[in-house]
Formats: sequence, structure tokens, C-alpha cells
Amino acid sequence: MNDLVNQIQLVGDWLTSSEQWHGDDGIPHRLAEHLTYSGLSLLCATVIGLAFGLLVGHTGRGAFAVATVANLARAIPTFGLVVLVVTLAGLSTAPVLVALVALAVPPILINTFEGVRGVDPDARDAAKGMGMTGWEVLLKVEVPMALPLILLGLRVAAIQVVATATVAAYPGLGGLGRYIVDGLSRNDYELVIGGSAVVVALALVVQAAFTALRRAVVSPGLRPAVTKP
Amino acid sequence: MIRFDAVSKNYPNGTTAVDGLSLELAEGGLTVLVGPSGCGKTTTLRMVNRMVEPSAGTVSLGGRDIREVAAPELRRGIGYVIQHAGLFPHRTVLDNVATVPLLLGWGKKKARSRAAELLELVGLPATMAKRYPYQLSGGQQQRVGVARALGADPPVLLMDEPFSAVDPIVRGELQAEFLRLQKELHKTIVFVTHDIDEAIKLGDHIAVFRTGGKLAQFDTPEKLLEHPADDFVADFVGQDRGIRRLSFVQASGLPLREGPVLPVTAPVAEARALGEPWVLAVDAARRPLGWAATDDLPSGGTLTDATLVPLGHTFSLTGDSARAALDAALLSPSRLAVGVDAQGAVAGVADAYELSAAMARATTLTDVPADAATAPEPGASAASTTPAGLTKGDAGESGPEKDGGAGGDGR
Repeated sequence: MNDLVNQIQLVGDWLTSSEQWHGDDGIPHRLAEHLTYSGLSLLCATVIGLAFGLLVGHTGRGAFAVATVANLARAIPTFGLVVLVVTLAGLSTAPVLVALVALAVPPILINTFEGVRGVDPDARDAAKGMGMTGWEVLLKVEVPMALPLILLGLRVAAIQVVATATVAAYPGLGGLGRYIVDGLSRNDYELVIGGSAVVVALALVVQAAFTALRRAVVSPGLRPAVTKP
Repeated sequence: MIRFDAVSKNYPNGTTAVDGLSLELAEGGLTVLVGPSGCGKTTTLRMVNRMVEPSAGTVSLGGRDIREVAAPELRRGIGYVIQHAGLFPHRTVLDNVATVPLLLGWGKKKARSRAAELLELVGLPATMAKRYPYQLSGGQQQRVGVARALGADPPVLLMDEPFSAVDPIVRGELQAEFLRLQKELHKTIVFVTHDIDEAIKLGDHIAVFRTGGKLAQFDTPEKLLEHPADDFVADFVGQDRGIRRLSFVQASGLPLREGPVLPVTAPVAEARALGEPWVLAVDAARRPLGWAATDDLPSGGTLTDATLVPLGHTFSLTGDSARAALDAALLSPSRLAVGVDAQGAVAGVADAYELSAAMARATTLTDVPADAATAPEPGASAASTTPAGLTKGDAGESGPEKDGGAGGDGR
């Protein structure tokens, strides 16, 4: 019990000390780096995951390939990938981004594909039979109906990326992982716990943002059929 | 209007869905495609809006080969209703109905006001407009499906088992309303069902398909029941096709006699004096109140004091069919069917023998001469005793002309 109180105390002290809020090693700067890595890789993953998910879900062709690729990608250890890419490509932002994209694509791809494939075949048949073109079926029927699952995939990916972007610190890059990696090597627990708290808070903010987004963009007609967030 | 010329559909796996179909469907008529599952009826329907492309042959619409028009454009001009309605769950009822007008670029305002009109037309209250499909019952969803198909007022409607997913009572309501709607709109309708009763109730013409995608017979419902082309059709239309044909005989042509009818204010003694086992009590406007059994009459007073047995049901001379009349006779406690006029007043009564004799003459159901001992008393009836005409007499619907247009056998 005392341990917990002490740790909260540590986090509090660390967060409120003025050096954390200024300079290159301050929270604002590290957070900005962290968000840049996360945002960029999430953007790339979204483009890749949505494009293939929608294509395969809409046409019904390549479903097996999607499942295989996504499962393989899931099996790749992020840390291993970072080390591998750093070894091959040298120390830069790219390896971190590649690893994070590889991490974020599978949930987006699988959920988008499942969402579109799971659209009521009668609704799809009616849409086509009333004279919608392939694009109209996709954009006016399949995407709106698959939106709850698409957003779920994006949320899972976003939270994983935000949490995992800490690995960027291992090959010597910035981000919130800096605190954790440096703290561990210096046996500075205050630093480790403080940095972890910021990462956790960021994940919670992402979660809340997606809940709000879902409320704003998913049709009320779909909500009853969707499982809880 | 819709013409199939030697149309076939074969699938790569070797199955033949439709085999050499030639058929011409009249403009403004309701043609039902009926048959067992796997007979190609749905494939045939879906070839009209190019949801399925024929392997051979030509489908033309209004004299024009449908392949000359791009599929989406063609489909926007053809209403499409499917079994489970296929509504878009993410759109409100109103926006579902506005789908095709929106695709045609009418603009939101015009499309929605058109959609509101259509909801009224199919009998849905305006309060439904803002609901989502999951908030509607199956029957209501199906009405929305029909309204949505009528969106851009297409001349042709394709309906694939639209009423088969709802319970029998709702189905009956939807069918009756659909017939009313069709009388107003005169669309050219192709309607697929596996239910021969529905086919006979709704169709101006019926195309019976057999397994393997062959047309077995194309005829009016009456002719189908009267002269099935072969054993398959006879078997498919069922054992009771004789009874079913009575649906096409109007009750107005049936002979009725005065019968034991007394005002409810008449003294019991008068009822007894008729010497009949049952007496029908009527009110001041001659509307039937119930049957009184002569044996159970009280010793004195009027019929008001007697126990009246419910009628079963009456039949209307202005709307019902001979089938309803016969059913009324079978269900009546006195075995007499009570015929009522448009005002609900008793026009006369008849028993099952009298009815069947008249029906036999009207429909040539049997070769037995229809004189016999049960011949109606001439002049005793308030109704005409001329043989019934062969017009559709089902549930208040007097359908369009049965013979004409693209009749004849399937080719």
C-alpha cells in the first residue's frame, strides 16, 4: 500500500517539476515527437488497411489472402522489426515508422474487410438492383454500414500504436519512450513511472476521442446492432 | 412490354437455370412467375434488370434490347422489391424511400417530398418517416420496400417473393393493399412466388415453371385451374383447384331464395308457423342478427327473447366470390348461407346444394346436369339468377380483364 502511495507521489513530483515542461527533454516536446511518429504511421496504416479492406470486402476476392497477410503481420514482433530495420537501414525515423505501420495495418484491414463483407446481402442486392454503381454501393451502403467495425479497427490500431511508439527510444529516437528507456538504464524509477503515466493517459485520450467520433458519425439506425464499445 | 426471346441461363458448373424461355408480358399487367424452388423463376425476374445476364437470347423492354442501356441506368427505371425488403439500416425510412430519386439527382428536398407522398400511398403514417428500419415490423418494412421501389414512378416493377417473409395475416393485408395499389397505378409487374395461392390471387397471368428452368404453362389463373397443360401443372396447382376456381365466380350471380327470415320483433308464434328448423332474425334495416333454432324458441314473446346463434359469416353479393358463399353455407349453423347487399341487408339465403348447382352451371366444373331437385325457385330471390360471369371476384377486387393482351400458351 505504501508502495502505491509512494509511486503516486513520485509521479506527482515528476510531473509537477518545472524541468519536465521545458526544453528538448520536456513532456511537450517528447509528446509532440510521440504524436508525430504515431500519427504518421497510423495515417499510412489507415490508407493501406482501408484500401485493401474495402477492395477485398467489396469484391469478395482475395479474402483468404487478407486473412493470411493480417495474421502473419500480427505475428511479427514490433521490437524485432525495429532492430531489423535499424540494422538494415541505419538509425533514422523510418524503421520506427515501418514497425508501427506493420503493427497498425492488421486490425484496420481485418475489421474493414469483415465490416464490408458482413453487410446484409439483401441491402447490397437492393442497392445494386435500384441502380447504384459499384462505387455508389460502396460509399452509400457498404461503408456507412461497416462504419462501426471500421472505427473499431482504427481505435485498436491507434491505441496499439500510441502505446508501442515507445520502442522508438531503443534505437535512440525521441518520443515518450525516452523517459522509460532512460529511466530504466539509470535506475531512475521516478522517470520510468512518470513516462509510463503519460503514455497511459495518452491511450485513454485516444480511446475517448474514438468513442466521441463514433457517436458523431455512426448512424443511429446501426447502433442497436453493434456491440458495446 | 417485357419480352423474352429464346432466353437461357447456364452456369459454368453445368446447371441450367432458365432453358429457352420465350414469353411476352403485357403492359400494365401483373404476371406471376411461379414454380418449385430451383425452377428459374427468380433468375428470370433478375434478367429483366440485368442483375443476371442471359447466356443466350434477348430480353427487351418496351421494344428495346435491355443490353443497349447501361445496367445502373436501366435499373433506376425499374422498381425492385425483394423478399426481406433489403432496407438500408443506416438510413431513415424517408431516406430509404428517397433512394432512387436521390440517385437520379432530384435534390434532397424534392426527393424527400416525393418519399413522403409514397409513404402515404403504401399506408404508412407520416410519423414513421423519421424512424430507422430496425424500429419497424416485418410488414411495415415490406411496405417501405414497395414505396422505395415506386420512388421514381417506374413503369415496371420487379417483385421477388415480396410477401413471403411475413406471417399469413399480414401477408393477406399486404396482398389486398397491393391489389388496390395496382388498380390505381397500372404498373407492369413481374412477381415471383412459390405460393400458387398467392399467384392465383394476384396474377392477371401466371407463368408456371418446372425444375430445370422450363416454362410449363403461361395462362390466366382461370385457365390454369381449368385446363392445366400437363400433370406437373395439375399437381402444382393442387387437388382443390375445383374449389379454387370458385374464387373467380362472383357471388352476385348466385341464385338466392327468400328463406326463413323474420324481423327480430316478430312474435315467436310466427317463427314457429314457418315450419323451418332455423329462423334468421333481422333488424329493422334487414341486417342479419343471428339464427334462432325453432326447437329452442321460448313459449311466448318475440324473437328478441330467443337465443340467437351467431351467423358464422355472411357473403356480400357485391364483392365476394362464390367460394366465400359456399364457405358461408358450410359454416352456418342452419347450413344456409346468408347473402347481403351493399348496405348489409339480407338479400336471401341458399344452401350448399343450391349454390353448387349454380356454380356447376357457371363454371362447367362438372359434366353433371345442374337441374336436379335442388333447383332454385325462380323469382323467389332478390338477386339475379343469371349464371355468374367469370370475372375476378375476390375480396372486393374486381380485377382487370382476364383475357386479352399477351394471352395464349407458353411458347
